[in-house]
Amino acid sequence: MSAPEATQRGRGLHAQLSLDRPMALEVGLAVAPGEILALVGRSGAGKSSLLKALAGLIRARGSIRVDGEIWLEEGAIVPAHRRQVGFLFQSYALFPHRSAARNLMMAMDVPSEGKARELLAAVHLEGMADRRPHQLSGGQQQRVALARALARSPRLLLLDEPFSAVDRPTRRALAATIAELRVRLQMPTILVSHDIEDVAALADRIAVLEGGRIAQQGPTAEVIAAPATRAVAELVGRA
Amino acid sequence: MDWQALILSLKLGALTVALLLPPAVLLGRWLATTRWPGKPLVEALVVVPLVLPPTVVGFYLLAAMGPNAAIGRIWTALFGDGLVFSFQGLVVASVIVNIPFAVQPAQRAFEAVGSALRAAAATCGLGPWAAFRQVELPLAAPGILTGAILAFAHTLGEFGVVLMVGGAIPGETRTLALSIYDRVQALDTTGASAMAALLLLVSLSAVGLTFLLTRRRPGVGA
Repeated sequence: MSAPEATQRGRGLHAQLSLDRPMALEVGLAVAPGEILALVGRSGAGKSSLLKALAGLIRARGSIRVDGEIWLEEGAIVPAHRRQVGFLFQSYALFPHRSAARNLMMAMDVPSEGKARELLAAVHLEGMADRRPHQLSGGQQQRVALARALARSPRLLLLDEPFSAVDRPTRRALAATIAELRVRLQMPTILVSHDIEDVAALADRIAVLEGGRIAQQGPTAEVIAAPATRAVAELVGRA
Repeated sequence: MDWQALILSLKLGALTVALLLPPAVLLGRWLATTRWPGKPLVEALVVVPLVLPPTVVGFYLLAAMGPNAAIGRIWTALFGDGLVFSFQGLVVASVIVNIPFAVQPAQRAFEAVGSALRAAAATCGLGPWAAFRQVELPLAAPGILTGAILAFAHTLGEFGVVLMVGGAIPGETRTLALSIYDRVQALDTTGASAMAALLLLVSLSAVGLTFLLTRRRPGVGA
């Protein structure tokens, strides 16, 4: 089944959101299972806020449906801890008092050390399970954060600048891991990244956030090749 | 050495900490995370016992707990005895006086946990209580323990409030600090100096332990 067919049948993410704080936003998004949508925009455009609103971490109006299940609608708000979201935070936000494996286990409905070690191996962190976050490099912490985001078998994966603290080789390895996992786990993914190379390598579609609205949305190659406005062109590196 | 006063002081300190700590932790957590506009007012009220002269605090507590005041009347109706010049009254006064010592370190500790970790806990599927228990409480524990030590040490040394609310009834309300004062009045400097040295030792240990606990641990904190 193609991505548009899947979203038409109600699978994946369907969101229509309005935010007043921390900035005014009015956005409609649809992401199919296994699809990666890159959210691109200037600093302060509201990309991270939009991810937080989808995760239920900040208040928003509108509607959010994931695989037909209502997370937000008038009069119905599913709290953040019940949304089954995998969220990779820009600051990693690892629990400093727990080892890498325990960080993952805290995100599991049924904690399993074996599954935690498997997930750590999937992000190339074999042998690091017992280390605390402060004993890991920035790149390693980011990979633990990605593994933790996946530990809950999320129905929606939100990645906020997942490559900001890693060097080129690690970035390639991490991007390959994400590409492989999205095929295997078939969940809708939203990626926020300021690096258009990462976006071009990973995302199926791009949504450009400008002035609190989606200025352009479409297949990655299409948006990069034919930006609709000068602002979009600047963001996708065509100006 | 007035052993009776020492035991009474230790008992008062332990009871104060035991009764004060749970509400202080909850209040500290609330102050650290609330966006309620009235928060500065609550913070000011928490600090009041710290900035008022102990005799003033003692005077108001004495007035509030007296047989003609509401609190005193309710207490007598419930338990039969009066609250002033009793050990129970001393405990109530001690808990109130020590609020800033317990609440403020707890509040700072919960503030240091940060909103990012709270958000991470929520996206990991931890509900508010599970996040509090598994993430916030372990990270804030050194601050909470610091508050407990400070409250305990302060209780041992408290003088003005104890004298106003409890008098200095041997075996009932005469704490170590009051016993030192009585010994000095009686020109028994040897007895006074032994007890003063003990209080000094306890205070130094408390301060040392507090510094040890608040020393930044790698990877923990903001």
